[in-house]
Amino acid sequence: MSDIIQKVKNLSIGFKSKKGEEILILKNISTKIKKGETVGIVGESGSGKSTLALAMMGYVKHGLYTIGGKCEFNSSNLLNMKSKDLEKIRGRKIAMIPQNAGQALTPNLKIGYQIDEALQLHSDLNEKEREKKISELLNKVRLPSPETIALRYPHELSGGQQQRVAVAMALAGTPDLLLLDEPTTGLDVTTQAHVLELLNFIAKDTGTSMVYVSHDLGAIAQVSDRIIVMYSGEIVLEGPSRDILKRPIHPYTHGLLKSIPKLSLAGLPESMPGSQPQPGIIQSGCSFFDRCNFSEDKCKNNSPQLEFLKELNTSVRCFNYEKLLKESQVNQNVNKIKNNSKDKEILNLSEVSISYAKQKLLDQIFNRISDDNPTVKDININIKKGETIALVGESGSGKSTILKSIAGLLRTKDGLIRFDQNRNLSSDLKERNPNDLRIIQLIFQNPDESLNPNHTVEEIIAQPLKLYFGLKGEELNKNIIDLLQKVRLGDFYMSRYPRQLSGGEKQRVAVARAFAAKPDIILCDEVTSALDVSVQAAVLNLLQQLKEDFGTTYIFVSHDLAVVRAISDRVAVLYQGRLCEVGPSNDVYKFPSHPYTEVLLGAVLEPDPDIKPKLVAEDIVEEKPPEKGCSFQGRCSRIVGDICKKEIPPWQLTDGGNAIRCHIPIKELQKEQF
Amino acid sequence: MTVNSIYKEEKKSAFQKVFEVIITMASRPSGFIGLSILVFHIILAFISPYIAPYDFKAINPTLMLQAPSAEYWFGTDDLGRDVFTRTILGGRTALTITFFGSLIALLWGGLLGIFCGLVGGKIDDIVMRIVDAFLSIPWILAMLLIVSLLGTSTEVLIPALGFFYGKGIVRVARAATHDVIAKDFIVSARARGHSNFSIIWNEIIPNVRDAILVEGAMRWSWMLLGFSSLSFLGFGVSPPTPDWGLMISNARGLMSFAYWAVIAPIVGLSSLIIGINLTADAFAKALGIDRSTKAPV
Ligand SMILES: Nc1ncnc2c1ncn2[C@@H]1O[C@H](COP(=O)(O)OP(=O)(O)OP(=O)(O)O)[C@@H](O)[C@H]1O
Ligand code: SF4
Ligand code: SF4
Ligand SMILES: [Mg+2]
Repeated sequence: MSDIIQKVKNLSIGFKSKKGEEILILKNISTKIKKGETVGIVGESGSGKSTLALAMMGYVKHGLYTIGGKCEFNSSNLLNMKSKDLEKIRGRKIAMIPQNAGQALTPNLKIGYQIDEALQLHSDLNEKEREKKISELLNKVRLPSPETIALRYPHELSGGQQQRVAVAMALAGTPDLLLLDEPTTGLDVTTQAHVLELLNFIAKDTGTSMVYVSHDLGAIAQVSDRIIVMYSGEIVLEGPSRDILKRPIHPYTHGLLKSIPKLSLAGLPESMPGSQPQPGIIQSGCSFFDRCNFSEDKCKNNSPQLEFLKELNTSVRCFNYEKLLKESQVNQNVNKIKNNSKDKEILNLSEVSISYAKQKLLDQIFNRISDDNPTVKDININIKKGETIALVGESGSGKSTILKSIAGLLRTKDGLIRFDQNRNLSSDLKERNPNDLRIIQLIFQNPDESLNPNHTVEEIIAQPLKLYFGLKGEELNKNIIDLLQKVRLGDFYMSRYPRQLSGGEKQRVAVARAFAAKPDIILCDEVTSALDVSVQAAVLNLLQQLKEDFGTTYIFVSHDLAVVRAISDRVAVLYQGRLCEVGPSNDVYKFPSHPYTEVLLGAVLEPDPDIKPKLVAEDIVEEKPPEKGCSFQGRCSRIVGDICKKEIPPWQLTDGGNAIRCHIPIKELQKEQF
Repeated sequence: MTVNSIYKEEKKSAFQKVFEVIITMASRPSGFIGLSILVFHIILAFISPYIAPYDFKAINPTLMLQAPSAEYWFGTDDLGRDVFTRTILGGRTALTITFFGSLIALLWGGLLGIFCGLVGGKIDDIVMRIVDAFLSIPWILAMLLIVSLLGTSTEVLIPALGFFYGKGIVRVARAATHDVIAKDFIVSARARGHSNFSIIWNEIIPNVRDAILVEGAMRWSWMLLGFSSLSFLGFGVSPPTPDWGLMISNARGLMSFAYWAVIAPIVGLSSLIIGINLTADAFAKALGIDRSTKAPV
């Protein structure tokens, strides 16, 4: 009995709608967390995973209330505890690490001081001991030179370092249970891999139990012993990590794993139809019924109960789990994408440099940009009609910057952007004619921000139609309905506002708006990163379908290498605004690679317990590109000496037609990376 | 599968929306009280000329400073005029002038604020400096200067008040525009090549409108107080037109023995200000704007 640290019993949490109806966010949840174990809670947005994690530290968000059940920590119910008693537990016994550590740290206090405060609050150490403990903690979370870090302010640290400090602060009270709510979401791939590795180390080293909440099965797979899958406020599957990832016996998890793109598989994964019902939608029967591939008539009106299968040590909420038991593992089918790129060049960037530097008065007067070390430099890419070319790289590598210049939103410093072999496009919006603007359209990362909240879907899609084609009345209406159909939305969506749409639906509207202009090129900036995994594949499939139908060219920016693998024909890898590697996808994802590509590929988190990330380089963040030599010299683990620091590396071609910019000869790279 | 009504929303006409906002406002006790007071004052302003029992300017020395009675409900003032008549008429000028003054404040403040938020950079800096410079002049001094130069006619008072109370609206409109301008839908509209006018009209105004309207409503109550202060100092409404500010000023010396001549206009003025204030607050809440986070300027 004593090895159970947290026990959730029949927990229901909900809120009252404006009309006074009781709406459930968590429905009758029961689970246990054992000592020293790491449990991953996975689910899409709105599934209630964070609410559950917060309840485990006795916290119910404002506006929500406990409808029934309890959360027992060491046999006392946290949910009806006095706040004075709770304070004694929080921080000391149960600690929490939030998603955005940068925001959780107080901006104007030094790191060391903040950790000291946590120590004063949560431990009985005296000043001397605390001082020792601070550097011990910073060491434990593997921050370089703890003494100097302790004297810095939060904004002087990178995102990954801030997250490490948050871990150090959480460990200050030597908690028995650590709750982590999306602790690596929003961090770079490489940083993410490092933070997860640190968490694994800490779990082993200190024996702390952890509850790790995330929407990302890839991250969950790396840390969890056990996984809880949530859907629509219910636990639908719970069991040992390996079994859940290898042989998921619930149709939702099964579909989810099938829809996540993998590095090893080129092509688009199958998508899961529909979206999770919003809380408050009253349903008889299984909540996954609409989207289920295994459903039967009885699922429609009967709700399955969570059933414990002793031999598998797994709980599942499905009538038909036996059908899935028979499938030995997840067979992922992918639709190979058709490469319908023509030989004709549609867009050419030559010698493009872009600078954000503030210009001196003299330069402003002569309307020129001078900057010796611009943010983006020497970009040469030739884009063919009908292809999908991806730009990849960590945050700050200049992906969005390049897109902005192509769209005419940001003036280039040097270089030419040429459309259709002979038309030069100015990077200044004012110098482009309406047709130049029409041929290039943008789709953004976050549809919440890219759709005007005060416009209906109809008004949103009508904008380009009116602007470029002057459509009116009946014809405008016909075109809108047509476009909605193309993105698989019914015409009843026309009168809806963005807030009445799910994330995937919003992104479809944004896609429809882009296609309304009949563009030749669409710039996609992280178009799936704000979407739930189960919706992501559907949007990718839609984009691919539309591209094949219209012969559009995509420039696809993403930090997710598996997504890029799935959809792109060609990949360009950027570091600090400089190209490292450009080539056909198939070849970029194979060795030999540029040392930076190698780092990126190694850091990809896959939802597979057998594939562990390989951490090749440190996850330091560089402020500025180096003035001379290779852009990657500061982090490269294969650096060959002075030449890398002095000379810009040459482009070398691999057998697959892949261009790599490194001083190490291709043959040698191949040997070392095997 | 049945879908709960909470996620279903039909497109509503403008009239329906306004109606709904008013209902929401009235559903809170403070909003209900505020609205009732405001509506009462507006109706009173319209009908008072027809229901006033006496002539507001009829001076009668034999009736000086009568205490309230069945005949003169609120008593009479030092010139023997009926205080009740003058009180119910006394809000008309103030209400009208400040209403139109607020409209002017909304218009120029809102447009300038949106413009500054949109263009940003140097122009924004310069304009905001100028606005700040004006803000630092005590407005009452500036008003007195204007009024003594140009007189106290309505044509002077409305734009002058509108100008001084628009400064705060510039800030609110500018801040709201700044919030919106960074959003991708504006970038998207720019990249498509929409004109600045179209971006302001279609993308920005719908998103900043509520914040500006709420600020305007709040400014109305302050402007009313400001205008009454002017009257009190003798620079607002000219006698014998009844006005609360003026009435308070005239009767305040008699307070010790003829309190009624002061109390009635004070109740009139303060209830109207409270009414507008409560209404503006309820308006903000109904639109989902949290005023408490914004410090008044
Ligand atoms: N408006 C700006 N002013 C100054 N510097 C900027 C500005 N926008 C971006 N930068 C800098 O330019 C570099 C490239 O930024 P960019 O947004 O293009 O990166 P990205 O590859 O799109 O990154 P992410 O994956 O985070 O979107 C970064 O160092 C960033 O700090
Ligand atoms: S109960 Fe039926 S509908 Fe629900 S997941 Fe199982 S098979 Fe699908
Ligand atoms: S040129 Fe040198 S520093 Fe750059 S990637 Fe190659 S080995 Fe590393
Ligand atoms: Mg970006």
